[in-house]
Amino acid sequence: MNSRSLQTTIIFLVVGGILALALGGFFGSASNRFGSVFIEIQTWIFTRYRGFQDLVTAPRDIVTLRQENANLEAQVSQLQAQLIELQQRVNETEILAALVDFSRTNPESTYKAASVIGRDPSPFLHYIIINRGSNDNIQRGMPVVTNQGLVGRIDAVIADAARVQLITDPASSVNVYLQNADTNAVLYGSVTGDVSLDLISQNITVNSGDLILTSGLGGGYPADLIIGQVVTLRSLEFELFQQATVQPAVDFTRLEIVLVITNFRPVDIAPLEPVSP
Amino acid sequence: MRNIIAFPLLGLAVILQSSLVSEMRLLQGYADLPMLIIAAWALQERVDSAWHWAAIACLFIGFVSGLPWITFVIGYFGIVFIARILQRRVWQAPLLAMFSVVFAGTLLMHTLSFIVLTLSGTTFSLADVSTLITLPTLLLNMLFSIPAYTLMRDLSYWVYPAEVME
Repeated sequence: MNSRSLQTTIIFLVVGGILALALGGFFGSASNRFGSVFIEIQTWIFTRYRGFQDLVTAPRDIVTLRQENANLEAQVSQLQAQLIELQQRVNETEILAALVDFSRTNPESTYKAASVIGRDPSPFLHYIIINRGSNDNIQRGMPVVTNQGLVGRIDAVIADAARVQLITDPASSVNVYLQNADTNAVLYGSVTGDVSLDLISQNITVNSGDLILTSGLGGGYPADLIIGQVVTLRSLEFELFQQATVQPAVDFTRLEIVLVITNFRPVDIAPLEPVSP
Repeated sequence: MRNIIAFPLLGLAVILQSSLVSEMRLLQGYADLPMLIIAAWALQERVDSAWHWAAIACLFIGFVSGLPWITFVIGYFGIVFIARILQRRVWQAPLLAMFSVVFAGTLLMHTLSFIVLTLSGTTFSLADVSTLITLPTLLLNMLFSIPAYTLMRDLSYWVYPAEVME
């Protein structure tokens, strides 16, 4: 046997012995220690490698993320715009549905729907401008309503627009009927936008919450259009008439779509009024 | 020729006044955009067409408003008159002149509106008018007068470019 074969045999015997001892459990503590050292080294190397990898690949990720972020932001703003548009449509549809219901429940009148497109430039006047005019057979004096109640009447007309005098206008007066008290009165507007009742006889009992309707007297408005409710009554013994403040049924600050009653023609009773000597 | 911009500008001002500014209320008052434009334009040193602009503004706003047109004619021409007088006297402090014209102009317009509407049979409470309409309108007009003046000054440089000396 030459020296090389002897060397190989010794190595095999040593390795086999070590394996036999390891399999027999004689190297338990030593293998554990070796394993933990191995794991620590592997962890250290892997952590450093991952850090280096992040360093190399991070700029590319940031660019990608920024691009994705920009895309998502654009999508969000687009969706927000769509949402606003849809909300507006829902709002408009709800108003129109309410107006259709109103016109169905009041079939004696014919209506023309119009959008509110502006208000009078002067703060002294309470007028709105609507997008229907003489081209749509709108005429001066026609009453304007919503599903909630009376809004006012047409004051001036051009081809494609009309100006509506609201019942809150200081120059507006409407003959009304107090349903519960079974009496007539006159509703006046004011510069503050509040409406009030006047010319209520002193011997009439009016309560808060009483419903106010148009009386149709004077020929300016059709009868039985809802105006609002009595809020408070002011009755002074030395005055000829009682007055009352009114809560209008219509929210005049949020008028968007209105209905013009097109089959009503106001009657001018001025020639029939007695002339004072 | 560039003065023709008065038509689209004042038309736009009246549209904005009717649709937007009249919704931005403080109590019952709101700013008067055409009046601010007229006042600011009349205060510009180079401008010699302020009366024409006032006439165009009267035309547009008289068409939209329910107020008798005579109110705007007297009011806007009165504002131009006040502005031209102040422009000569307070030329070194243009913003002070602008504030003065806006203050006087607002009071003039509201006094005229009050008189005209009272004569036509509408009853007003003077206290309500002054506290709920005139004072808030004054405040808003004062607030808007600075941007209005700046805008009209820049516009006047465009309409009346400086002559090049040779």
